Amino acid sequence: MTAPVRTRRPAGAPVLRPERKQGSTAADAALTLVGACFLLPLLWLVLGSLDPEAGHETRVPRTPGLDNFAAIMTPELLFQPLWNSLVLSAGTGAVTLAAAVLAAYPLSRYRSRFNTPFLYAVLFGTCLPVTAIMVPVYGLFVQLELLDSMPATIFFMATTTLPMAIWMTRNFMDSVPLSLEEAAWVDGASRMAALRTIVLPLMRQGLGVVFIFVFIQAWGNFFVPFVLLLSEARQPAAVSIYSFFGQHGAVAYGQLAAFSILYSLPVLALYVIVSKGAGSSFALSGAVRG
Amino acid sequence: MQLDHRARQLVRYLPVLPAVLLLLVFLAGPVVWAFQASLTNAGLTGRSARNPEWVGLENYQRLLADPAFPLSLGLTVLFVGGSAVIGQNLLGLAIALLMRRARPAVSSLAGTAVVAAWVLPEIVAAFAAYAYFSKDGTLNQLLGSLGLGRPEWLYAFPMVAVMLANTWRGTAFSMLVYRAALNDVPAEISEAAQMDGARGWQRLLFITLPMIRGSIATNLMLITLQTLAVFTLVWVMTAGGPANASATLPVLAYTEAFKFGDIGYGTAVASVLILIGAVFGAVYIRLLKEPRP
Repeated sequence: MTAPVRTRRPAGAPVLRPERKQGSTAADAALTLVGACFLLPLLWLVLGSLDPEAGHETRVPRTPGLDNFAAIMTPELLFQPLWNSLVLSAGTGAVTLAAAVLAAYPLSRYRSRFNTPFLYAVLFGTCLPVTAIMVPVYGLFVQLELLDSMPATIFFMATTTLPMAIWMTRNFMDSVPLSLEEAAWVDGASRMAALRTIVLPLMRQGLGVVFIFVFIQAWGNFFVPFVLLLSEARQPAAVSIYSFFGQHGAVAYGQLAAFSILYSLPVLALYVIVSKGAGSSFALSGAVRG
Repeated sequence: MQLDHRARQLVRYLPVLPAVLLLLVFLAGPVVWAFQASLTNAGLTGRSARNPEWVGLENYQRLLADPAFPLSLGLTVLFVGGSAVIGQNLLGLAIALLMRRARPAVSSLAGTAVVAAWVLPEIVAAFAAYAYFSKDGTLNQLLGSLGLGRPEWLYAFPMVAVMLANTWRGTAFSMLVYRAALNDVPAEISEAAQMDGARGWQRLLFITLPMIRGSIATNLMLITLQTLAVFTLVWVMTAGGPANASATLPVLAYTEAFKFGDIGYGTAVASVLILIGAVFGAVYIRLLKEPRP
């Protein structure tokens, strides 16, 4: 088992950060400016949600209150779409994770000429622009009579995230030492039993990262359910927010902002969990690096 | 013996089957279907929806004759070049470099602000960007207070607005990639160059950038592919308008297929986009296969 070897400075050696002293203040100012520019468009969301008379402009509410939140807290406006989002995202996460774990196991554990071409073919799949596939997918769903079907949409969304999930899962699985499994085989466990009882529990943090990664993508996905789910009762929050606020002439901007915030909160929370727990660069390196 | 080995190999790889089936049915299937449907006159409703007729390359001939298509191709190149290759890439690199010099508290706060735009659901980011660039939105409030006028960004300069919005939305990815890459550059090399009298920008140009060129190439390919596929941001902000002035290829394919009900023509546009994605994807995989320096 080869642990990843990194060239590290021996402990105790002086850590020099070049230009730390002279560049600091200018860099601070520049970064503060950049951060402010990135926050500016979000300011409208926060202020607008608290302003019953909100329009396009950003302003401090004259009569701040939670009226907007109260107005959208109805079953058909908020709870049903959020429930649909949850079903769609959790379903996508579960299907993706199951297929990715099964696929990653042989790819991680056996040496074969099949592995590398397969992994690169899968990676190639991630490269195809999903938005370009939506028109043909719509046509395909019409012919197979799968349109407006929640399970079919879940399977399609799972497929679009599957390539990335297989790569990440395989990388996480590679870091579980083979020796632990071998001990289980000696005791008579089958390969699948060893996968379930030894490998998966050891990589549960990695599996959590993959699940959350897929969940966040599915939760935020607008275009796929927009094209594939037609009836209002099945539409997730991403689509209902668009059809409610985008197509009604007089737009209640305050309510739109309030809805956006409630709809974004779960994703923000999940992102914080991942980046606190495992480090976002860790998750990213699992995704980006081979 | 040989057969036995192959049979065992097959059984071992059985768990890959569900993933392969999903990818064949829902990814490879639509791609094949797209190329086939782009050769028919398939419609959204009516007779041509049930029994599409074979029309050969007619849709592609229409593409070349239709002024909307070359325009859309050009807008897509502009969108990817301006907001991904220049905007996200350079800004992400600049932020990552600045973060190494700034105080940790400042750099983590700025990092959070940049990442926030990236983590939000795309429809929320799109609404926020729409409000920001609208006539009495935040940007015009700022410009107006400086006495610089209040242009109608979404009508007068739709491409500028969507490119800025996409830069805002996607820079976090490049920033994270470059932060990870810069952390792997050994400080000793930079220090040695400093002793030899190299200035800051010289060290960046001749030492740091060449050392992270693998990450730069990877990042450029990934953000190009991501930006090629951007639909929601453009759709919510301008819906491709006014008069196709911001209709990138995904928006054009959607409009042709669903607004005008011409699935055959829409899939022809989509097929072109799939081909472009495939070329970039192939280049990206070639890059990954090369041994890293």
